[in-house]
Amino acid sequence: MNDAIVIVGASMGGLRVAESLRRFGYLGPIKIFGDEPHLPYNRPPLSKEVLADEVNHDAVAFAIRDSIGEIEWMLDCPITGIDTSAKTVTDKHGHKHNYSALVIATGLSAKELNRLPEGTAGVHVLRSLDHAINLRKELKPGAKVVIVGAGFIGCEVAATAQTLGCAVSVVGSGNVPLNRPLCEVFGAEVMRRQQEQGVKFFMNSGIADVAVGTEAGSPKVSAIKLVDGQQLDCDVVLFAIGSTPNTQWLASSGIDIVDGVHTNNSMQALDLSGKVVPDVYAIGDVARFTNPLFDGLARRVEHWNIPTETAKRAAKVIAAKFVSGEDFELALAEPFAPMPSFWSNQFEMQILGYGSPALATASKLIEGSLSEEFVFGYYRDDKLVGVAGIGMKNALLSYRMQMLQNQ
Amino acid sequence: MKIKVDMQKCQHYGQCVFEAPDIFKLNDQDKLEYTAEADESQRANVEAAADVCPMQAIFIES
Repeated sequence: MNDAIVIVGASMGGLRVAESLRRFGYLGPIKIFGDEPHLPYNRPPLSKEVLADEVNHDAVAFAIRDSIGEIEWMLDCPITGIDTSAKTVTDKHGHKHNYSALVIATGLSAKELNRLPEGTAGVHVLRSLDHAINLRKELKPGAKVVIVGAGFIGCEVAATAQTLGCAVSVVGSGNVPLNRPLCEVFGAEVMRRQQEQGVKFFMNSGIADVAVGTEAGSPKVSAIKLVDGQQLDCDVVLFAIGSTPNTQWLASSGIDIVDGVHTNNSMQALDLSGKVVPDVYAIGDVARFTNPLFDGLARRVEHWNIPTETAKRAAKVIAAKFVSGEDFELALAEPFAPMPSFWSNQFEMQILGYGSPALATASKLIEGSLSEEFVFGYYRDDKLVGVAGIGMKNALLSYRMQMLQNQ
Repeated sequence: MKIKVDMQKCQHYGQCVFEAPDIFKLNDQDKLEYTAEADESQRANVEAAADVCPMQAIFIES
């Protein structure tokens, strides 16, 4: 029997690779390894619905179509090493698995603060379903919650927790939340609307120390001390300070993992000299790939639609190699320029955006009014590289179209 | 093929619109409207639309 196509990572990206391989005609064996015990589930609800309601995996699990056929799911079974010459990966039990093609879809881990006593209660990060369920238990009415980090996750959890009756404080390093993905003026408006709902913001700040007390003989967080000397008493702290690519297992592989897995525009992994590593691909948040929509630089993109887009791209290329009658070189040469999409629900706000505002050198309000519904345009050298707004979804859709036509 | 959108879940972000523009659209109030019955030739587009729905609210029933 032929060696399996091995997918490392059993989240949305991994699932989409498997589905797409079948769609493109690959009928052979597929193995998917995941470090969590769960079948693939949707992560955006983790900062919202999963915190607000007593829901479990069923409520967020992806529907798996029958057309996916037979898949060998290896859950709760992280991969710890790879040998790209022998074409094997090693799992946590030390078992080796041959691959015909390997897809790296290991995603990111939330950054944690490592200097706290082990097992300190009340301290959280949010990336997985289990994280969300643990955090949910503590978001009781009246609980004092400090969120460190004023990005999308921080702002979404702030809104959810405040709605649940918690007293929420957000600590951030910029002048306003979301200044990097959305710009200062947009971020200030988001902050104003959050403050109207009672969320407190401590901006241009950071944490100097975490005070740890004891509860029932165990360490438990009691306060956050800020760099300016203020102290915020708290029952719960969430660190929403960004993520790091899960590439430790590739450390001695020769693959370029300087910031995620470096790939070309066909999602083929590259080594440190920029050469293709045969039959190894990377997709999703962990992949640092070139996107001609913007320029020739390889970047990681942490937007939700990117795992799906890159999964389909990789699957098409892989299928072209393994399905008879397909042309691998032709598949590699196909254009691939995915348009990032992102959105965020906070209280009544529905923020939606396309493209890559973070690349912009200038931004301005181009439709609507700041206190109601609006669209911002983001420009690099006078070229529109991103749009984002609150409401005005049809308008945003037409700017998306415009950016696709301008490339 | 039959298509169903769970309108309790739908947040009208319109991601389905650019994957299957013949089936899904946002109306003048930015609310989702869709055709519940579509030709088999639309299956790939509708599956792509279901894949990119942030709320995973699109179901293909047959």
